[in-house]
Amino acid sequence: MTGGLLIAPVAVPLLAAGLLVAVTPRRRLHRVVALVASASGGVTGAALLPSTLDGKVPTLDVGGWPPGFAIVFAADTFSALMLCVTSVLVIAGLAVAAGTGEDTNRFYAPLVLVLSAGVGGAVLTADLFNLFVFIEVMLAPSYALFTMTGGRDRVAASTVYVTVNLLASTTLLAGIALLYGVTGTVNLGELAGSAASGGAALAAGVVLLALAIKAAVAPLHGWLPRSYPHAPPAVAVLFSGLLTKAGIYAIIRVYSVLLDGTPRFRWIIMAVALLTMVLGVLGALGERSVRGVLSFDMVSQVGYILVGLALFTAGGLAAAIFFMLQYVLVKASLFGCAAAIEVAAGTGRLNRLGGLARREPLLAAAFMLGALSLAGVPPLSGFVAKFAIVTAAVVEGDYLAGAVAVAVSLATLLVVLRIWSIAFWGEPPRHRAQSKKDQHVAGRPTDGGRSDGGHGRHTDGRHTEGRHTDGRHTDGRPVEDLRPTRARGPVVVPALALALPSLVLGIGAQPLLAAADSAAAGLLDLSAYIEAVTR
Amino acid sequence: MTAAIAVGILVAAGVFLILRPSLIRVAFGFILLSHAVNLLLMAAGGLGRRDAPIVGPNGPAAPADPLPQAFVLTAIVISFGTTVYLLGLARAHRRGDRHDDAGSRS
Repeated sequence: MTGGLLIAPVAVPLLAAGLLVAVTPRRRLHRVVALVASASGGVTGAALLPSTLDGKVPTLDVGGWPPGFAIVFAADTFSALMLCVTSVLVIAGLAVAAGTGEDTNRFYAPLVLVLSAGVGGAVLTADLFNLFVFIEVMLAPSYALFTMTGGRDRVAASTVYVTVNLLASTTLLAGIALLYGVTGTVNLGELAGSAASGGAALAAGVVLLALAIKAAVAPLHGWLPRSYPHAPPAVAVLFSGLLTKAGIYAIIRVYSVLLDGTPRFRWIIMAVALLTMVLGVLGALGERSVRGVLSFDMVSQVGYILVGLALFTAGGLAAAIFFMLQYVLVKASLFGCAAAIEVAAGTGRLNRLGGLARREPLLAAAFMLGALSLAGVPPLSGFVAKFAIVTAAVVEGDYLAGAVAVAVSLATLLVVLRIWSIAFWGEPPRHRAQSKKDQHVAGRPTDGGRSDGGHGRHTDGRHTEGRHTDGRHTDGRPVEDLRPTRARGPVVVPALALALPSLVLGIGAQPLLAAADSAAAGLLDLSAYIEAVTR
Repeated sequence: MTAAIAVGILVAAGVFLILRPSLIRVAFGFILLSHAVNLLLMAAGGLGRRDAPIVGPNGPAAPADPLPQAFVLTAIVISFGTTVYLLGLARAHRRGDRHDDAGSRS
């Protein structure tokens, strides 16, 4: 029985986290245990993949309660694929943290493990309330990881992050309460198709709204570009691939199961998808730090996944799933590059960067690979994913979505090439650095903040808060600067390791496309899932 | 109806507090919001049946629905944790220094 395996992605990281908190802090021990524990999710996903590809849905009644009372864990192809990717990502995040030296805090590895347990649970659970709990399990350590190191700027940015996510969680819980009030159950199998109309549709709408905040879907995306650029670099790698993607996963799951892909509401998803794509890429054009650009671009790419969902055809869903799987790796690779840039150059601000292509050829290669894949240049995986999305849209006769997708991907190319031409090919900033104070617009903090954290502008706490809530983030506030003294190899290697699958998945896309087809079929024809979950 | 009005008042007060600049008030706003949602959860289970959620001599029509109670219990624990975090954040905000001591270093 493969069902028992399902508990591993949740239980193993949680137990390992508890163990690591209990034992005396030793960095090497922490790294090894964290690596093994976070690999458990991927191993589980890989072990589940063959049987789910055959159309089976392994389930586990947690706690041994009789069916109907137990909280069910269920894995279909989609969840198994997500488990594999998130596990790779957690390992990469840990590796980046080891490279930047962020994991010196004894609670770093345990918090990351709890985060990954939350993601694993959210991906596997077949119970709406349990989904809420696991999203909270995922978010609670993320709050701590965000603020664990760093100064005022980061605390202020984390305020945005924490309050928005808390509000989203409260909304999610309210939506679940409403849904329970209308239908009398929170089991996804029993809820299947129930929310296609009436009061339950409204309740499901509240749930989807909350999940849309978490996934940073426009017009609810404002928190993400205001907070992610200020997270610690390695933590941003983790967040980029886990938090919003868990939100997207939940949106796809809830929409396809609860609403059964009802055509009545598809236009709403298509509208927000197109809006998300366009707003995200336009915002990215105006950002002034590497991670600021990448964060806004993240919003834009979420739109592509939603286009696939809005089409709700076999081709569209498969394209969305394929897009998400490869994109998680590509984006994490780019955030890994951003971390490496900040370590190598001491800053992530574009006007302080330059000449990195000569100094850091390996980093340049990793960034170029990730950037071109993000923009959708063949033969990388991003091209296959975007081609599949556009094809699915055109086949459905939705030419507008196809045209917007192509246009946004051209704009994405512009966005990433802007980073490339400034940071990698631009004039090295060394001799500019001395005269920088004179060139600065009044009111912008000087880079002296790097040494003492005492940004002149931030002496008044109330003022700082205002800066973060007034909707004008794009003033290029500096991300928290690292001292450019550490060895750079360990930071670049994870970024490169995450970028290489893009090449592999681009040239050899067929196996993953087939798996995505199977996952999409599982979402379109829910009978196996429902039977396994409600049995 | 009473439950609906109570939820409405709690949400209004919570949203008002969240929109205030001070982080302490935001924390209190979230406490009120989570109370509102907890009430909503209880109301979702039906407020008519008030007996202990154990099937007793009065048959299965009288006992309250146990599931929302379990939900609320879980939600209270989660909101307690996040409230503590928010208060800690408010303190870090007020103190304003580099708070590297958020966890002891190894």
